[in-house]
Amino acid sequence: MTRTFLGMPASALQRSFPSNAAKAVRDSQLRFNLRKATHTIRDKRASVVGELPDWEELRQAGKAIKDHTLRNLDRYLVQLEEAVTAAGGHVHWARDADEANRIVAGLVKATGETEVVKVKSMATQEIGLNEALAAEGVTAYETDLAELIVQLGDDWPSHILVPAIHRNRAEIREIFQERMGEWGRPAPEGLTDEPRALAEAARLHLRERFLSTKVAISGANFMIAETGTLVVLESEGNGRMCLTLPRTLISVVGIEKLLPSWRDLEVFLQLLPRSSTGERMNPYTSTWTGAAEGQEFHLVLLDNGRTHVLADEVGRQALRCIRCSACLNVCPVYERAGGHAYGSVYPGPIGAILTPQLRGLDSELDRSLPYASSLCGACYEVCPVAIDIPQVLVDLRAKARHPRAERLGMAAAGWIFNRPERLARAQRAGGRLRRFVPKRLPGPMSAWTDTRDIPDIPRESFRGWWDRTGGGDR
Amino acid sequence: MNSRDLILARVRGAVAGAPDVEVPRAYRGVTGDATGGATPAGGDRLIDLLAERLRDYRAIVHVVPEAEIASVVEEALTRRKTGRLVVPDGLPPAWLEREPRDREPYDTVGDDPELSAADLDGVDGVITGCAVAIAETGTIVLDAGHGQGRRALTLLPDYHLCVVGAGQIVAGVPDAVARLSPERPLTWISGPSATSDIELNRVEGVHGPRTLEVVIAR
Repeated sequence: MTRTFLGMPASALQRSFPSNAAKAVRDSQLRFNLRKATHTIRDKRASVVGELPDWEELRQAGKAIKDHTLRNLDRYLVQLEEAVTAAGGHVHWARDADEANRIVAGLVKATGETEVVKVKSMATQEIGLNEALAAEGVTAYETDLAELIVQLGDDWPSHILVPAIHRNRAEIREIFQERMGEWGRPAPEGLTDEPRALAEAARLHLRERFLSTKVAISGANFMIAETGTLVVLESEGNGRMCLTLPRTLISVVGIEKLLPSWRDLEVFLQLLPRSSTGERMNPYTSTWTGAAEGQEFHLVLLDNGRTHVLADEVGRQALRCIRCSACLNVCPVYERAGGHAYGSVYPGPIGAILTPQLRGLDSELDRSLPYASSLCGACYEVCPVAIDIPQVLVDLRAKARHPRAERLGMAAAGWIFNRPERLARAQRAGGRLRRFVPKRLPGPMSAWTDTRDIPDIPRESFRGWWDRTGGGDR
Repeated sequence: MNSRDLILARVRGAVAGAPDVEVPRAYRGVTGDATGGATPAGGDRLIDLLAERLRDYRAIVHVVPEAEIASVVEEALTRRKTGRLVVPDGLPPAWLEREPRDREPYDTVGDDPELSAADLDGVDGVITGCAVAIAETGTIVLDAGHGQGRRALTLLPDYHLCVVGAGQIVAGVPDAVARLSPERPLTWISGPSATSDIELNRVEGVHGPRTLEVVIAR
């Protein structure tokens, strides 16, 4: 498989997670910002989840609906295509990022427009759509507040829900003051770092753009196969602006976002808001079917490695993910390392299992991601669709190619353990040579003994003792 | 092979032989509880819960007898000094009656012919009804039906005054999903526009209406 593109430059794949993380944990501002944000949201989530007496039942239903959908994905995709088409929409299929970008660029150019407004979308982030459109002379304006902060700051997203979580209010104010003018209406004079003032600045900056732009690009949280309906959950109203005002709407959606029936929303509209922003319901949810209110509507269905993940019996559960980001917010590793260390638009525990499966285990970074976890299991506990992230991590660790020395050592151990007489001989040799075992290992292996003691090798093995004494009788 | 066939073939290859799954629906489903139902006490409980949950989102909420809707609307519009108000087709005229009858009517504008985005941006507020309201989550759902208008009407004006009628409040999300039609474009509204993007703290007021005022008719 050619490497799937996941919205990060190739240079980001050169360094392993540990070396990225080592750099990130030295940034005390970043750690402070992350700690504050993740702890706030953890408490909010716990309290609104605790309110529902049937949370576990909703979670089990959510898990099963997604598994059933994935098992029958071909049938439901065809059903969706028929329903969207019948409702006046146009459906396009994209096998990878390149194809999706080509389709979208072609659709935008066909309208004659050179500017588009965007609703926050992981799928378009993943395929690097903004950069691809820029290469075709089309400017994409991000309209979600956090995405705007990332775009203005020429930065990378570091969280699924709140891409600018690594920035605090003072940093955001500075970005707005310095960069808004280059992209459109400048920040107001005397802008403070009050969140309310910052939100107002974003409102003013984007207002005229919403009123005049003719083409919008979105993703979707859910697609309903039975009815052809798309669903977008948001908070600010920028989503509604993009979905409602422009004449042409193009939605790029991963094929795993399907739900079979309209009724299934009763489960997911409870699971998602409580898990992601820790609210009983997010401020705005929009649903539309095909060409709503006379709009021109295009749906681009995106594979980009998803069918590869689907083929893996253990790993396919990652496709149940509804991108709530609850696993990021509870993860002790994410809280300290931050999102950028994961080198993908999908950071945190879900990213550690999704990225290496989508992109393959070829790079140094992707091989190291399954180890970006202490396997504490907090991510599994909060996951609204019960993805057993630790199980997939362990499975991926087994699949990733290990360093040469480790492979040689394991091969040697395997050879010894394979035959009892070899093991006995090795144990006798170990017992005789025990006083030559050093306290610390030499060379690169010293990293292991820096934090661990080498276990004492006993004078005699249990089997040896049994043979010699007849089980203690002699 | 075209991409459609390729993706479908990849999917079939990937899931071949995998077991199917039964969906357990042991969660609280459709309760059938709604205002205007058999027990007035049940209706009152839903009204109180909806009001409380909407206030949690910092919406302004009034619970009044149906006969008093017009006077609460008048009081709200006066308090806010609302100038021009968008009134969608099919809004009950009684909601906008003023006492005494010979008082000057509100400065209203309809949406037929359709207002441009710029026109809508220039008005001060919008008054609508709704399709369904969900007590447990404090949510109002608009389906672009009578008295609600197309989606942009409740988006561009900075003030949204919404009247929830008797019989429109349901207990939970499953009740609402069962009542709503996917063929209509829906907007689920839970409080005024807000963001959690700055340090994951909720702040009200970004692109949508910054003030949501709800009149619940008992």
